Amino acid sequence: MTEPLLVVSHLHMHIGTPRGTVRAVDDVSLTIEAGQALGVVGESGSGKSMLARAVMGLLPPRAVRSGSIVFQGRDLMTLPVRQQRDLWGKQIGMVFQDPGRSLNPVVRVERQLTEGMRRHLGVSRSEARTRAVTLLDEVGVPDPERRLGNYPHQMSGGMRQRVMLAIALACEPDLLIADEPTTALDVTIQRQILDLLRRVQRSRGMAMMLISHDLSVVAGRTDRVAVMYAGRLAETGATRAVFAAPRHRYTHALLDATPTLHQERHARLRVIEGSLPDPTAPPPGCRFHQRCTAAVEGCATGAVPMESVGADHRIACLNPVGAPALVTAGGAHDGR
Amino acid sequence: MAGSGVAHLRGDQALLSVEDLVVEYRTSAGVVQAVSEVSFDVLPGETLGIVGESGCGKSTTGRAVLRLDTVTSGSIRFRGRAIEELGEREMRALRREMQMIFQDPVGSLNPRRPVRELVVEGLDIAGAPKREQEAAADRVLAAVGLADERFRDLLPRRLSGGQAQRVAIARALAVEPQLLICDEPVSALDVSVQAQILNLVEDLKRDLGLTVVFIAHDLSVVRTVSDRVLVMYLGKLCEFGEPEAVYASPAHPYTRALLDSVPQPDAVDGFSGPALEGDLPSPLSPPTGCRFRTRCPRADELCASEEPRVAEVRPGQFAACHHPLPVPEVPAASGDAADPVPAGSTA
Repeated sequence: MTEPLLVVSHLHMHIGTPRGTVRAVDDVSLTIEAGQALGVVGESGSGKSMLARAVMGLLPPRAVRSGSIVFQGRDLMTLPVRQQRDLWGKQIGMVFQDPGRSLNPVVRVERQLTEGMRRHLGVSRSEARTRAVTLLDEVGVPDPERRLGNYPHQMSGGMRQRVMLAIALACEPDLLIADEPTTALDVTIQRQILDLLRRVQRSRGMAMMLISHDLSVVAGRTDRVAVMYAGRLAETGATRAVFAAPRHRYTHALLDATPTLHQERHARLRVIEGSLPDPTAPPPGCRFHQRCTAAVEGCATGAVPMESVGADHRIACLNPVGAPALVTAGGAHDGR
Repeated sequence: MAGSGVAHLRGDQALLSVEDLVVEYRTSAGVVQAVSEVSFDVLPGETLGIVGESGCGKSTTGRAVLRLDTVTSGSIRFRGRAIEELGEREMRALRREMQMIFQDPVGSLNPRRPVRELVVEGLDIAGAPKREQEAAADRVLAAVGLADERFRDLLPRRLSGGQAQRVAIARALAVEPQLLICDEPVSALDVSVQAQILNLVEDLKRDLGLTVVFIAHDLSVVRTVSDRVLVMYLGKLCEFGEPEAVYASPAHPYTRALLDSVPQPDAVDGFSGPALEGDLPSPLSPPTGCRFRTRCPRADELCASEEPRVAEVRPGQFAACHHPLPVPEVPAASGDAADPVPAGSTA
């Protein structure tokens, strides 16, 4: 078996704030295979975006990382900045939530799109332009020749996100990190962009980390999913398996609390009582235990490790959904 | 989309009745008709959900009812009184009966006032005695689940999004309104908190006999709370009816497309139907005829030349469309379809 494309091990990212140290990412380990799409879901404060920023090396001020982030065999945490910079934009592309703000407002699309190719691939200006037209066409921008001369404000939100994606794809990255790429868009446009991301990801055989607060966005478009809560990983596994039969209490509660299109009129939604713990002083034990309806002894105290509950399905939960009996709490699983 | 018309109005028993509402904004590039001849009504005790994408005019419609935006033309009747004919003083009194909550709960609260003052500001302005204000504060804070003493002295920035939205709701309730207009009340909230607020709105509506206009872009949320649904596109009405009918067998092609665009946690490919092509046209120069025709798979010459009127397509279900959709033969992508949807949309 080949090495995974990205291996994140015991990643911590702590950020100093006036109110104390925020443990934005706390002991997160995950992998992405080449060509695979991984969804990362969680509510605000789950650490999903900080995880992406840690991988990209885009650290907020006063942030400290530890652990390792091995991409194509090289640890990004110890790699000299110059070599990291060669990876960014070339092997790793990124798309953000707000295409309006991540594009340079006073630079035409052509230069924003060709800059990376000229730098990383060393192609000529005319070659870069030709490629730019092809790229815009690939991401579904009509009349690409004319669009090259546009400034970002001359385009709609959906078009700008397509341009962002074209820029991210320009140097044929092996990994695309898409952080809430459709959150600012209307539902019919979101639909177009999600279809596009999946199509491009598959046709190029590119790996993707798709980050969203919306479980449904990740559901149909990723191979595997990682659910985060308050800086920690709660559950990982094949997307379809996790959504069909979530094992972690938080994943289960979150799916239950999400209204669907088939909701009965005035049906009571299942709620998750309470709110997120203070990120500067998270509770000991499982971070979710104060809001969990199935917490057992041990949830509030000891460390809750990630354990395997099936083929490629791991959870950090002492009393998982569908567990035969509470006796298993304490972790008598095999250590595979 | 469509159009105008009043075929779907239900007459005198309505608490709120809006006819041919037009709201225009002047911009440097010209006049935008944010709401264009839209009509609807809400019966007492009912929840009307208004759903659509940005620029469809749903928020402007809500604001127009309270006269927060200038109404260009049309009539808005609340309990039989035409609000466009009221003087500013009368309107101020009427606004106590019609309260509104907004998307950004923290931003909609005065940052310098503690919760206990915020929730009774309306009573204070009306000159209610202090003791009455205190009693009201206790009552409404308990009603929204913030009975705990510690909330009373907090400033808005110390509240979480969900708590701030509860305060905003308490504040609306303090003046004992009949109509509550909720403009995207949960779209800034996390899913786990969203469910708490939606349940709260439902409880309050039932306990206090409120009538609710619930404006949101999220179709699933609207379905959960609404007794009637109004779908809008680019300032126009598309479809109106009971949520079960509208969601199971939409008559307007835009409603169909909107439903098909909602990501589904249970569908194999994540969606239940094909994607809608194209972008929203500019509201400065909307298409002639039906405003949806530039993206509509069923559009023809008629749609370009003539604006469709609202008509009853099926009993109780109204659409403004020249070519409304029939009831799907297979009950489309509904219910517990665990492995559903033949159209494996390869996009």
